[in-house]
Amino acid sequence: MTKQVVILGGGTGGTLGANRLRRELPDDVHLTVVDQDDSHVYQPGLLFVPFGLAHPEDIVRSRRRQLHSGIDYRQESIDHVDLETQTVHLADGSTLAYDLLIVATGAVLTPEETPGLDGPGWMEKVFTFYSPEGAAALEGALASFREGRLVVNVVDMPIKCPVAPLEFCFLADWYFRERKVRADIDLVYVTPLDGAFTKPVASQRLAGLLQEKDIELVTEFNTGEVDGEAGRLVGYDEREVPFDLGVVIPLHSGADYVGRSPGLGDDLNFVPVDEHTLQSKAAPNVFAIGDATNVPASKAGSVTHFEGEVLVENVKRFLAGEDLDASYDGHANCFIETGFHKALLIDFNYETEPLPGHFPASVGMPLLKESRMNHLGKLMFQWFYWHALLPGRDIPGIGADMPSAGKQTETAH
Amino acid sequence: MPTRTIAGATVDVNDEGFFTEPEQWNEDIATELAAESGIDELTPDHWKVLEFMRSEYFEKGTGPTVRVLGKTSGVTVKELYQLFPKGPAKMAAKIAGIPKPRGCI
Ligand SMILES: Cc1cc2nc3c(=O)[nH]c(=O)nc-3n(C[C@H](O)[C@H](O)[C@H](O)COP(=O)(O)OP(=O)(O)OC[C@H]3O[C@@H](n4cnc5c(N)ncnc54)[C@H](O)[C@@H]3O)c2cc1C
Repeated sequence: MTKQVVILGGGTGGTLGANRLRRELPDDVHLTVVDQDDSHVYQPGLLFVPFGLAHPEDIVRSRRRQLHSGIDYRQESIDHVDLETQTVHLADGSTLAYDLLIVATGAVLTPEETPGLDGPGWMEKVFTFYSPEGAAALEGALASFREGRLVVNVVDMPIKCPVAPLEFCFLADWYFRERKVRADIDLVYVTPLDGAFTKPVASQRLAGLLQEKDIELVTEFNTGEVDGEAGRLVGYDEREVPFDLGVVIPLHSGADYVGRSPGLGDDLNFVPVDEHTLQSKAAPNVFAIGDATNVPASKAGSVTHFEGEVLVENVKRFLAGEDLDASYDGHANCFIETGFHKALLIDFNYETEPLPGHFPASVGMPLLKESRMNHLGKLMFQWFYWHALLPGRDIPGIGADMPSAGKQTETAH
Repeated sequence: MPTRTIAGATVDVNDEGFFTEPEQWNEDIATELAAESGIDELTPDHWKVLEFMRSEYFEKGTGPTVRVLGKTSGVTVKELYQLFPKGPAKMAAKIAGIPKPRGCI
C-alpha cells in the first residue's frame, strides 16, 4: 500500500530531508513538500549583503528546482495540522493526508513582539539583516554612515545562527576601517547573555576579539522597547543604550500555523521533539528538523544538515516498524567571519562546548582561532550548500557525530 | 556537588547557587533566598510566579525563559522585572528552587 510522507517547509531541512528520503525509500512511499513560495534563500549569505559583499539576487534560487524528481511540490501556505485525523490543511482550503509528517518550517522573525521595534524609524534608523529586505535596506544605510554610534542588539534567544550578530560587528569594524571612518564611529554589541556567547571558552575568545577590535560589549541587557525616533534601546531594567543606527535581531518564533495546530508546538510555536531521535512529543508519526524544533542546539544550517542523517534513518525505521535510532548528539559547526579575509571555526554538541584545536582531526582547520583558511571555508560553504548539502550528499570528512580527535579538552583560561 | 544550609535545611546546589534537587525546596527556604537577593517580602504576585516556575519545571524539565513567562504566567514582562529586578528568569528560578533554566544557544 502506498504511504504518504508529507514534508512541511522546503528550506534547508525540508529540501535535504526530501532528497535523501527519495534516494533511500522505495517508490511506494509518496513524498510531498509544501512551501509558501518559490524563493529559497541561502540565509548565511544575508550577513554579507549589508557590506556589499553579496547581492540579494545571488543568494536566492528556485525552491522547486532544488528538489529531485519523484518528489511532489505544493506551493501553498499551511493553515494548520490536525494530528488526530493526520491531515494538513492548506490556506486554499485543500487538504493533504499523511502517514508520516515532517515539520521543517523553520523560524520566523517577530519584530512586532518588541514594543516600538517595527514602529517609527523601522527600516530608516533601525534595521535587521535577518531578512532579505532588511539586509538590502541596511546596505544603503551603512554606505552613508560616516559618524556616530552603531548599536547591534540581540533582543533575546533563541535566534538563528547565534554567532551572526557578532560576525556583523567584526565585519562592520573592517568595513568602516576600509572606508577610513572607523575613528568617528562607535561600535556597540548589546546582548541579553552574560557574555559575548553562551559557551564559556568561546565566549571568552569572542569577547577578546571584540575588545581587540574596539567594539564595546554590553551584557545582560533585556530589550523592553526600541525607540527608533529618539534612537535608543530601553531595557526592562531601565538601562538605556542610545544609537544613531540600530541593527536589531528581532525575537524568533516557530511558524504561526504551528500555534493553530492543537498539541503540535510549545509556547513559542517550536515543536518539542526528543533531542536524540527528532520524534515529536505530540505524536509518534510526526518528526521535526532544523529551526522548527525545540532542541537545545543552535538554530543553524549545519545542525539541520547533521540532523538530516538521523531524521532519514528514523523515518525509514518508523515506516518499517523498527525502533528509532537515538543518535543525534547536538553537533553544530559554524564559521565565524572576523573580517580582513579571516574567520574562526567552532565545533560543538550538546555535551561539549566549542574548544580550541583542529577540525576534524589534529591536522585540519584551526578551531577558535582566526585564519584565512577558515574564511575560505565559509565562502566555499555556499557552493557546498547548493551542490552537496541540499541534494543530501555527505560532505567528505564531516559526519553527523562531533569528532573529538583534534580538540584540546584541557584549555588554559 | 556543593551543598548549603538555608532556613535550617541542607540542600544541593550548583556553583552558581541554583538547586539541583528541586524536591528539597520549601516556602521558608524561598523566603530566606528572596531576602538574600534583596526582596524583603514575597507578595502574592511573587508566589504566583514562583509556583508557575516550579510547575513548568516539573512538566517540561526546564524553567521558562522571561519571554515565555510573559506570555503564559499571567504576569507581564514589565511586572516580572519589577518583582525580580535582577532578571526574572534566573532570579525567580533560584528562589523557586529549580535548576538554572537551560539557556538556548
Ligand atoms: C543572517 C543569517 C545567517 C546565518 N548564517 C548561518 C551560518 O553561517 N551557518 C549556518 O549553519 N547557519 C546559518 N544560518 C541559519 C540557517 O540558515 C538556518 O538554520 C537553516 O536555514 C534552517 O533550515 P530550516 O529548514 O529549519 O528552515 P528554513 O530554511 O528557514 O525553511 C523553512 C521553510 O518553511 C516555509 N514555511 C514556513 N511557514 C510556512 C507556512 N505556513 N506555509 C508554507 N511554508 C512555510 C518557509 O517558507 C521556509 O522555506 C543563518 C541564518 C541567518 C538568518
